[in-house]
Amino acid sequence: MFSKPENGRVYWKEFVHQCYELGMGSLGIVVIISLFLGAVTTIQTAYQLVSPLVQKYVIAEIIRDSAFLELSPTVVCIVLAGVVGSKIASELGNMRVSEQIDALEIMGINSKTYLILPKIVAAFVMIPCLIVISMFLTVWGGYLAATISGVMSSQQFNQGLVKDFVSFNLIFGLIKSFTFAFIISSVSAYFGYHVKGGALEIGQASTKSVVVSCILILFADYGLAALLL
Amino acid sequence: MIEVKNIKKSFGSKVVLNDVSCKMESGKVNLIIGSSGSGKTVFLKCLVGLMGLDSGDVLYEGKNVATMQEQEQKELRTQIGMLFQGSALFDSLTVEQNVMFPLDMFTKKSSAEKLKRVNEVLDRVNLKDSNNKFPAEISGGMKKRVALARAIVLNPKYLFCDEPNSGLDPQTSLVVDKLIMEITKEYNITTIMNTHDMNSVMESGDKIIFLYQGEKRWEGSKEDIIFSKDEKLNNFIFASEFLQEAKKMRMMEAK
Ligand SMILES: Nc1ncnc2c1ncn2[C@@H]1O[C@H](COP(=O)(O)OP(=O)(O)OP(=O)(O)O)[C@@H](O)[C@H]1O
Ligand SMILES: [Mg+2]
Repeated sequence: MFSKPENGRVYWKEFVHQCYELGMGSLGIVVIISLFLGAVTTIQTAYQLVSPLVQKYVIAEIIRDSAFLELSPTVVCIVLAGVVGSKIASELGNMRVSEQIDALEIMGINSKTYLILPKIVAAFVMIPCLIVISMFLTVWGGYLAATISGVMSSQQFNQGLVKDFVSFNLIFGLIKSFTFAFIISSVSAYFGYHVKGGALEIGQASTKSVVVSCILILFADYGLAALLL
Repeated sequence: MIEVKNIKKSFGSKVVLNDVSCKMESGKVNLIIGSSGSGKTVFLKCLVGLMGLDSGDVLYEGKNVATMQEQEQKELRTQIGMLFQGSALFDSLTVEQNVMFPLDMFTKKSSAEKLKRVNEVLDRVNLKDSNNKFPAEISGGMKKRVALARAIVLNPKYLFCDEPNSGLDPQTSLVVDKLIMEITKEYNITTIMNTHDMNSVMESGDKIIFLYQGEKRWEGSKEDIIFSKDEKLNNFIFASEFLQEAKKMRMMEAK
């Protein structure tokens, strides 16, 4: 399907451009979502854990583990499926409909390699980075909510944060984000590249790519959890 | 020279090209005319290989495209320039970057050399001072000319133009026609051009092929067209009463 790039430098430039677009284009939403996910989870967990037998710092442990295991990789990737996936699908769909893909083929360029490969590789590099940022911001959001609302002191939070830390959780979160990055970029590229028709079909392709990636992400999420935990 | 032998193409049950054969000579503008939906775009796309054929052969300088090695096909592609009906400029690149794209991809020239060549061809199509604009910021006629510049930047041996003058005013359209004609003669290019613009037929048709309902109905030069007795061709070319009159006058003069 893909072939050897005609000119490495042009492909490298395209890859860097895609990394920038993808990273910068979704950093804002990732920051906001992560902070709020952390804050809300903290307050709601504190609300549910009222037993005097459970120490306060356990809440911090819960936040940390849910951020690393599920909140950051899965929830944020579902949002990215909407933000990044629809962008890739509509960009490629527009190129197909306005014959830009034909123009590439006529020049003797493998349009799949030139248009899709840099996007998939950029997603592979950038989405895990975004997820790592999201992990720390989620925990930080939790910390802010906990201390501001007086659920616990910052000492208690920090104590919980380092207690029983399993580094595999972090690795597991990363494995998920690589998997989801591949799903998001390849599914949206597939639907965008194969658009037939006009503007209406571009919209349909981008909706379809979001729906299909979300479902695949949830399946993969379950599959990975069942397999690796 | 490009030779087309008995090509057939259909979509489902709809036959778009039915047994079309012709020869396109180099250094000439070969015109494909026909009403909207007669299969001109499909014909071009079949010739350049963007669409597969159901049957028949396309030969470039006697070589069958279907039996070429992949490497040979790639090389052939770099000798083909194509101007699409909708221009097909890359939205995310500026005018300059669009024209430079084939140079970036296929040559190892320095940036200065590439820029020089880009300005040369942009100058050739009468487009200056638009280098840093994006396609969304220029007019339809300018887009066509940028697309033409991009198509000729690598000095192609074959130039395919899909309605280069649709949507242009008569004057700009003549400028584009003249450009294509001059470039064709200058570099001895085999040019194939789709059109339903009668000005361009009379201006630039060295050889004219009339497609009607998927078949080649008529073939000849622009001089022949006036004296043609083919009813369908006459109805197509001399569609208005005014033009019918003009044709009669021309024929009387000739007698
Ligand atoms: N990809 C396709 N799938 C199905 N049918 C197609 C496809 N492309 C073209 N057709 C059909 O082939 C016929 C010829 O289309 P084509 O685009 O070649 O017309 P045209 O002569 O270029 O017309 P125009 O002057 O309006 O550009 C049309 O009836 C069209 O519906
Ligand atoms: Mg057409």
